[in-house]
Amino acid sequence: MKAAAFNYVKPASLAQVFELLQTHGDDARLLAGGQTLMATLNMRLSEPHLVVDITGIQALRGISVQGAVLRIGALVTHTDIEFSPLVAQHAPLLKTAAPHIAHRAIRNSGTWGGSIAYADPAAEWPTCLLALGGAVVAQSSRGERRIAADDFFTGLYSTALAPDEVLTSCEIPLAAADHWFGFSELARRHGDYAIVGMAATARRQGRALQGVRIALLGIAATPVRALKAEALLEGRPLDQELVAQAVACLRAEIEPLPDLTNTPDTKRHLAGVLLQRMLPAASV
Amino acid sequence: MADLYPIKVSVNGQSHQCSVQPRTHLVDFLRDELGLKGSHLGCEHGVCGACTVELDGKIVRGCLTLAVQADGGHVQTIEGLSQTGVIRDLQEAFVRRNALQCGFCTSGMLMAAKELLETLPNASRAEVRDWISGNYCRCTGYQAIVDAICDVLKQRKEALV
Repeated sequence: MKAAAFNYVKPASLAQVFELLQTHGDDARLLAGGQTLMATLNMRLSEPHLVVDITGIQALRGISVQGAVLRIGALVTHTDIEFSPLVAQHAPLLKTAAPHIAHRAIRNSGTWGGSIAYADPAAEWPTCLLALGGAVVAQSSRGERRIAADDFFTGLYSTALAPDEVLTSCEIPLAAADHWFGFSELARRHGDYAIVGMAATARRQGRALQGVRIALLGIAATPVRALKAEALLEGRPLDQELVAQAVACLRAEIEPLPDLTNTPDTKRHLAGVLLQRMLPAASV
Repeated sequence: MADLYPIKVSVNGQSHQCSVQPRTHLVDFLRDELGLKGSHLGCEHGVCGACTVELDGKIVRGCLTLAVQADGGHVQTIEGLSQTGVIRDLQEAFVRRNALQCGFCTSGMLMAAKELLETLPNASRAEVRDWISGNYCRCTGYQAIVDAICDVLKQRKEALV
């Protein structure tokens, strides 16, 4: 299908974007990589009056280290992340997860900020941001604020962003020498939405893990953490028995929503499989 | 009706100045405004890959890119790649391996394969399969397409020795 008619504007500054959002409210939609918005426009699932193309705003670009965090600009593409030396060094989880996102042509256009702001519970980036304990930087004409990933995803495709706010970047704590991470997902075909996926991070302390964060995609209306399994793993020597306990704990604590082809029980089982496969690598 | 938006875009090395409706996506623009019918529209929501074209040196979904977003940019389509001969070896391999039947997906396949050959010159067969997983073919079952791409990976590597 073809998109319904809309007007188009490409502002050069964030100040202009704030003004447009204030004037047009919900009739305006921000366009970054467009890999979700364009599909919904073509299918007429969304019919905004005005599309505000933010790709001309330099302040939203770039990956950099700023003090103790890695800053990823909203307009950074999935391909940029996949091949960024800074990401490989400071947030290797993202490099590992990137190839799982859709397909090359889509990764060349789709953006980090778009994925986080859209907050698809089956998408990779929101879950990774949660596992990394990162924060979203939001700006509006009222100023700038930081929202922890734990507080950002509030419901299905819903976030803590106010209607007049723009996600400008995210900040991720730099991986230390003892950083451990894991990423895995199960999809019927490469690039499809995963049935279940998992991102995990921790600090390795001998044979134990500290500061464990396990986040799941494809399970609930938002990316979710497995808080009980995290607590169970915290600080204990990682042996076969602990892994088995953590897997059982994870399966007991999550309440998966079904999708078109998978029941909650299937997803519960598969989430356990992912953890079972991921944890042994942490003790090596 | 929305206002027309003026754009200036280079397509296959030729500069064009046009006014387009903002809702017009890149492939409709290429096909209907410029008469370049080599890029195809299958699903029109980013799933099938038949619309794959190059924008500023990278493959994109032509149906998920607005023509206005190409303003100031450089577009390459299958017509441009064919005329310059940069993928002649790939096209010959597709013919030799019977990697197309109806041909609808072929232009998108070739655009995607070109970027693979340039990005991962040492790609394994599994990596080739992953890479073209974003391009649907309903005729061939993919084996011949993967064979053709692997042939060219090998040929280009041997040509370097």
